[in-house]
Amino acid sequence: MESKPNALRILDIVTAVLIVAATAVVFFYAPMEAIMGNVQRVFYFHVANAWVGMLGFTAAGVMGILYLRTGNPKWDVIEVAAVEISLVFFFTAIVTGSIWARPIWNTWWTWDPRLTTAAILELVYAAYLMLRSGIDSPERRARFGAVYVILGFLSVPLTFLTIRLLRTIHPVVVGSGAADAQGGFSMSPKMLQTFLFSLLAFSVFFVDVLWHRVRLGQLEQKVEQLRLKLAR
Amino acid sequence: MIRVRNLVKRFGPKVVLRGLNFEVGRGDFVALLGPNGAGKTTFLRILTSLARPTLGQVEIAGYRLPAQAASVRRRLGVVSHQPLLYGDLTAEENLRFYGRMYGVPNLEARIAEVLEMVGLLARRRDLVRTFSRGMQQRLAIGRAVLHDPDVMLFDEPHTGLDQAASAMLDEVLRSVAARGRTVVMTSHDLARIGDLASRFDVLSNGRVVASVRREDIQPDALLGFYRQAVAGGAA
Amino acid sequence: MSDLPASQGASPAEPLAHPGLLRTTLAILWKDLSAELRSRELLSAMLVFALLVILIFNFALDLKPSIRKEVTAGVLWATFAFAGTLGLNRSMASEKDRGCLDGLLLAPVDRSAIYFGKALGNLAFMFVIEAIVLPVYSVLYNLNLFNAGLVGIIILGSVGYVAVGTLLAAMSVQTRTRDMLLPILLFPLVIPVLISAVKASAAFLDGLPWGDIAPWFNMLLVYDVIFVAIAFMVFDYVVEE
Repeated sequence: MESKPNALRILDIVTAVLIVAATAVVFFYAPMEAIMGNVQRVFYFHVANAWVGMLGFTAAGVMGILYLRTGNPKWDVIEVAAVEISLVFFFTAIVTGSIWARPIWNTWWTWDPRLTTAAILELVYAAYLMLRSGIDSPERRARFGAVYVILGFLSVPLTFLTIRLLRTIHPVVVGSGAADAQGGFSMSPKMLQTFLFSLLAFSVFFVDVLWHRVRLGQLEQKVEQLRLKLAR
Repeated sequence: MIRVRNLVKRFGPKVVLRGLNFEVGRGDFVALLGPNGAGKTTFLRILTSLARPTLGQVEIAGYRLPAQAASVRRRLGVVSHQPLLYGDLTAEENLRFYGRMYGVPNLEARIAEVLEMVGLLARRRDLVRTFSRGMQQRLAIGRAVLHDPDVMLFDEPHTGLDQAASAMLDEVLRSVAARGRTVVMTSHDLARIGDLASRFDVLSNGRVVASVRREDIQPDALLGFYRQAVAGGAA
Repeated sequence: MSDLPASQGASPAEPLAHPGLLRTTLAILWKDLSAELRSRELLSAMLVFALLVILIFNFALDLKPSIRKEVTAGVLWATFAFAGTLGLNRSMASEKDRGCLDGLLLAPVDRSAIYFGKALGNLAFMFVIEAIVLPVYSVLYNLNLFNAGLVGIIILGSVGYVAVGTLLAAMSVQTRTRDMLLPILLFPLVIPVLISAVKASAAFLDGLPWGDIAPWFNMLLVYDVIFVAIAFMVFDYVVEE
């Protein structure tokens, strides 16, 4: 517990190698997209970040259910770790998306279903962190956090469906096949390989960071315990 | 009536109760004494079924907590330092509401009887908001005995009361106990509780560290007994 | 050992009949309504706040007759949502003031009775505010808002809003940041309700055919079912230690 486990050390190195390799593959192996040019390369990291973010939020929802069922604090530690990390990954996905959208859609932001849902999703989990910071009792913090993370997990997909409904039957957009049609492309085999590789690299990256954050959470608990021991 | 074995309560990393054992027979009036932070309120909250034990067994009137909480709750009357009353309802309406929650039969007659007992019959149509602290506390006791519970739990009922109000509260407490009910009451006011209780238990550091019956101790020796027990428990 | 008068109805072995879910739910609802009828604190605060929100929209959007029709549904739902948080907060805070929430939890009743009782009370307060705001808005802007479809949508939307709102208010009232937190927790989760309700209300006001309204109506229905069920399932964890 005190010293870093060897498996984590190895994972750190693997992660670093994979991320560097993924960057190299994106820039040197993947072919240049014919119409969009170099800016299309953002796509590989953009989707990888969004994928990892979704993965984390889903994991957090599952951890919330497990915590309520068992009351074991370890699920809570993983839950909050997953939310914190996913907030950052998802934010990166939004920023990289904007970088791509500026030249392609000619705007940093549109109220397209995915973008809007992404923004609301960030707000849901920011509210989650605010809820936790407003509670002093660790046990209640964990309980309320689990309840909220489950509610968020259910409401975000409904939000996405609603906004998609809003766009698809909105009179202005009718017939245009929605906004994501603009800037679409089909992947060549090399592009697909690059895409899958960066998904893999970021998934490993996610696991690595999550592991670090969970360890941090466990150490926090330990510090708390020691402090209580001293106070007596 | 109450049986507690190896009770442990943890709040996250903090251990409040560490292997507490406690037993009360029918009709006993136990005063639970102890310094702040000894775990009195936590222990009482577990007995009231408002908090779940982390480990250990709790049995009240033959029912186990938390599994049979509803059966326990029906036999329990609780008075805490908060009155648990609605300010915008009258004394009568407060009792009527709680009576419905407990399914008390012959509710109207019972309400009148209880109001008479706590000396608030004349003010039954007044809003609780307008009551003094002492009157609210008496009505809180009325609320707690409304469904005729076998076991009464009091958590520092004298908090915030002046001398006269405290004396009046003692009268009510005595009449509640005189009906053969089992009573557990936390307090840090030895003088107040000295002639009410039939047994004194000292809680320190999450355990019951000493227990003495009233007939076995001189009233003026009580303070010494308490101090010694607390010092022993902290060591 | 009993100071209970001789009872006729109940059996001697079990002196107290087990109070059923419906009866205890109604007892809590009755308690909330009669306390509110007396003080009228919550309703008057919600109402004044709702009128202020409309006033602000009036100036912010410059509600000229030409644009009124398009924005009316949005203004109404924003008003309901803002005024609603005020009521949700107050209704839960009154349980916390004198420790009454503990009093409810001490009673031998199902925890879902507490949830449904509080939620029905909140829903009643929402309906009262909506029943006052609608005619006032109609008069102020010379619009006919008396439309059975619109009323139906308002009922469905309010149910979803209150279902989640009551649960979250029970949580936020137990935190350090109390009243501040509720809208932050609530609004990102009720966005599907607000969007669907606005769209369906606008469609009814424009007299669009049912085919245009049905998707929104269905979305509201799905949201209501899911969130009433989930709130019912997790409410225990919000109130029990």
